[in-house]
Amino acid sequence: MGKDFDKVFKALAAPERRMLLDRLRARNGQTLGQLCDHFDMTRQAVTRHLKLLEEAMLVVSIRRGREKLHFLNPMPIHEISERWIGRFERDRVRAPAELKRKLEGEEDGTL
Amino acid sequence: MEHSEFVYVTYIRTSAGKLWRALMEPEFTRKFWHNTVQESDWKAGSAWRIVKPDGSTADSGEVLEVVPPRRLVLKWQNQMFPEMTAEGFSRLTYELEEAGDAVKLTLTHEMEKSGSKLIDAVRGGWPRILASLKSLLETGESLQSTREWPKGL
Repeated sequence: MGKDFDKVFKALAAPERRMLLDRLRARNGQTLGQLCDHFDMTRQAVTRHLKLLEEAMLVVSIRRGREKLHFLNPMPIHEISERWIGRFERDRVRAPAELKRKLEGEEDGTL
Repeated sequence: MEHSEFVYVTYIRTSAGKLWRALMEPEFTRKFWHNTVQESDWKAGSAWRIVKPDGSTADSGEVLEVVPPRRLVLKWQNQMFPEMTAEGFSRLTYELEEAGDAVKLTLTHEMEKSGSKLIDAVRGGWPRILASLKSLLETGESLQSTREWPKGL
């Protein structure tokens, strides 16, 4: 498990990779080409970032016909959350998190 | 038509046979799936439903494919919220692959509809249920938050 967590934290430690996750969150199931659109990065760079995200299991790719689609896999982040803030603390953390979201005006917080 | 789809992948240290049973047998589902049970004879074409602790139906549909202990595909319609029931059937696929001392579980929930309310609702629910299933099979204990039916639902 420790090694898996290392991969997740390493994969999350780059703004480009977090941006790729944001894009998949907004629209799940994209091809490499779609993910490269409007990105100031070469296709090779995006491929490299995706590879690290896939090794960390934060992204899973599935072949559909001739296309390879990429999906955001929330399980590793959920496991991290369960390990450190799971069980009884979740409700206590949720209230301040919601307050913060409201005060900062972020409307997109899907539960 | 546009498509709504989510994919969840988790590795669970168990055998494919045990994971297969855990996905359908009451002694397991009650512990990690909010105290619900599933009713079906698990044959292709048979009816299938999730039964809430009060005996009413949470979701129901039909078994589309059964290949134990590798692949299970269900037609899935929500029966709790009229706006979700109105969306019709979604499709849930479980795929199990042995990977060393673990099993790779891939769960896909999809609907031929963009912006599906059902798919949006399950996107928060599945990670919790799957994490609890993993914990149950690996440690013998499911996660506290999934042992009871959620209050107010």
